Amino acid sequence: MAVHDTESGGNGFEPKILVFACNWCSYAGADLAGVSRLQMPANCRVIRVMCSARVRPEFVITALSKGLDGVLVLGCHPGDCHYSEGNYFTRRRGLLLQKLLQYVGIEPERFQVRWISASEGAKFAETIGQVTDQIKALGPNRSQNGMQPAEPGDS
Amino acid sequence: MPKTRVGVFICHCGNNIGGVVRVPDVVEYARTLPNVVHAEDNLYTCSEEGLSSIKDKVEQQGLNRVVVASCTPRTHEPLFRGACEEAGLNRYLFEFVNIREHCSWVHMHDPVMATEKAKELVRMGVAKACHLEPQEDFESDVFPAALVIGGGVAGMTAALCLANQGIQVYLVEREQELGGLIRGVQTLFPTEQNTEELLHPLIEQVKNHPQITVYAGTVVEKTSGFIGDFDVAVRANGEASNLKVGTIIVATGAEELKPGGLYRYSELPNVVTQLEFEERFKAGADLPRSVAIINCVGARIPQRTYCGRFCCTTAIKNAIWLKEQDPETSVYVLHRDVMAYGVAIEEFYRRAMELGVRFVRYDVESPPQILGDARAEAIKVQHQLMGKEVVLPADLVVLTTPLVARDDNEELSRMLKVPLGSEGFFLEAHLKLRPIEFSTDGVYVCGAARYPCNIPESVSQAYAAAAKASIPIREGMVRVEAITAVCDERRCSACGNCVEVCPFGAVELQEGRFGKAAHVNPAQCKGCGCCVASCPSGAMQQRGFNDRQLLSMIGALAEETTSGGA
Repeated sequence: MAVHDTESGGNGFEPKILVFACNWCSYAGADLAGVSRLQMPANCRVIRVMCSARVRPEFVITALSKGLDGVLVLGCHPGDCHYSEGNYFTRRRGLLLQKLLQYVGIEPERFQVRWISASEGAKFAETIGQVTDQIKALGPNRSQNGMQPAEPGDS
Repeated sequence: MPKTRVGVFICHCGNNIGGVVRVPDVVEYARTLPNVVHAEDNLYTCSEEGLSSIKDKVEQQGLNRVVVASCTPRTHEPLFRGACEEAGLNRYLFEFVNIREHCSWVHMHDPVMATEKAKELVRMGVAKACHLEPQEDFESDVFPAALVIGGGVAGMTAALCLANQGIQVYLVEREQELGGLIRGVQTLFPTEQNTEELLHPLIEQVKNHPQITVYAGTVVEKTSGFIGDFDVAVRANGEASNLKVGTIIVATGAEELKPGGLYRYSELPNVVTQLEFEERFKAGADLPRSVAIINCVGARIPQRTYCGRFCCTTAIKNAIWLKEQDPETSVYVLHRDVMAYGVAIEEFYRRAMELGVRFVRYDVESPPQILGDARAEAIKVQHQLMGKEVVLPADLVVLTTPLVARDDNEELSRMLKVPLGSEGFFLEAHLKLRPIEFSTDGVYVCGAARYPCNIPESVSQAYAAAAKASIPIREGMVRVEAITAVCDERRCSACGNCVEVCPFGAVELQEGRFGKAAHVNPAQCKGCGCCVASCPSGAMQQRGFNDRQLLSMIGALAEETTSGGA
């Protein structure tokens, strides 16, 4: 069990969200948010990777199946990747993974890919706020007992 | 294999972390984590005392992994890695946990959640640390040329400093002429030297220097690469060129605020900014009989909170100039505070008063008002010292506005992957410790691109930036972090995905001991990890970011914080 409060969507549910941030843009953006003292919810935990393209889909699946409430992958804006084209892989892989996760019954908000540059401290803080709110509204991730394919007819 | 012994050092950063996160609780908690044999807090882990403590504990406690929870690896990782190395520990057996930028500074009003978060971040860091492996740095060549962006005083000075060391410099200036903002300025404070006397020889030296190639009327379109090996695409009149450089200096300066909407600027012909005042009299305009200068126009207000730093001095300089042209000219300086700092400028201020320049303090709540219909005729202002309203003559009104960041800073910051501050100026790696560097290696900043600064400051920053930018070039090589990909040939099925995705052509399929397998050329690998994530058999791994390390962090995060210091 990973959540602090297991009552779904109830008051006091504090989701735990894993964030992968690329070293060059998004991690620097997160640092800038800190230097600028932009306040944000304390639900996210950042793992630094050199490029968002390092994030293997199994990391996301592992995180969600272990009961984390959401995974956010942050990279440089398309066209600005420090490694020229890493974030294009992130984008394609993200779309596929999104479909797979929905197939096994995970709400799309629980796995998101966003672009944040080194100068976008404010966007980092906003994104963390938005994603935290969305996942709070969903309630705890219940998939840790095994991801189930969605029933036909489920959205 | 020796048993894993992790030491955790948690920094208060004075009050920066300790004022929000309950550091002693985090230390207590760290002691309960697997493989942790030592945990302590430091007032400043980066201080001499903190660093010696790391070294002492590595030796005394036989630590073979060090975790520091403090600020950001983007500024402080080399320092702590260095401390590990001095204690005889491989520098890659160190893990950084960010509990300042990512925790205490962004959760200032929630110490409970911030403390919980810090504990989890430490738990994740310790989990990764247990799986770290010793690595050796690689060396990479540095291309022996530098790019300076901006041909103002800062850029030209930096270019000359580099070129005088024998380094090839490309100086890119957007305008057709070198000189930057002060081209329009008549005289410079506090020496009252004619601007041409300073600018002309500087421009000539730059133009005639055999090691400097000037690209005027040119903009930087694209940059890519790393310290030692940057590719820069520039464009002039539709013609593109590609430059290869080892280091880059940003010296793009700033521009004067044009205060639209304030003090009927651009509505009345005789209300001008300081720069327009300079240009007007440089072109030989007739002298006015009375001048009112209004300071702090568009500065130190809620929308633009900063002080322009030298605009008071500019106002004093131009007031003195007017009095020296004709002592009968009435000159009033309306100000909020006079920032005449240091030895020379305070003296300059005194001289202005002796020459009969009148300084009138106004209140930001009741700013001066310009009287007159088609042109400014007089100024009405609440005189703070006299406590009454006065009307001052004003044939000419000069608005002292601050320098503001250039609009295209945003574009350049994205290209170079360096940050801007909230006011749009370039943001250095560390205000006090690394004031002219960015945290992106090989990129430096000087002059007003960073914040409004005067000529002496621009020049000394340019010296500093040039000195920094020349170090990698003169050494001829940089140490490249051992974060490259490496293939376990026994697991590789030679599918070639990694070859396909590598942006640098660093991976090749080669016949080896275990048949055909992927092989990474470490000199070409830049450590993005694209190939690692695309490997279906888990053969490809990235040093310092391998699957085991990252999965252990995810696993640690998913655990609950159960014991210690709660």
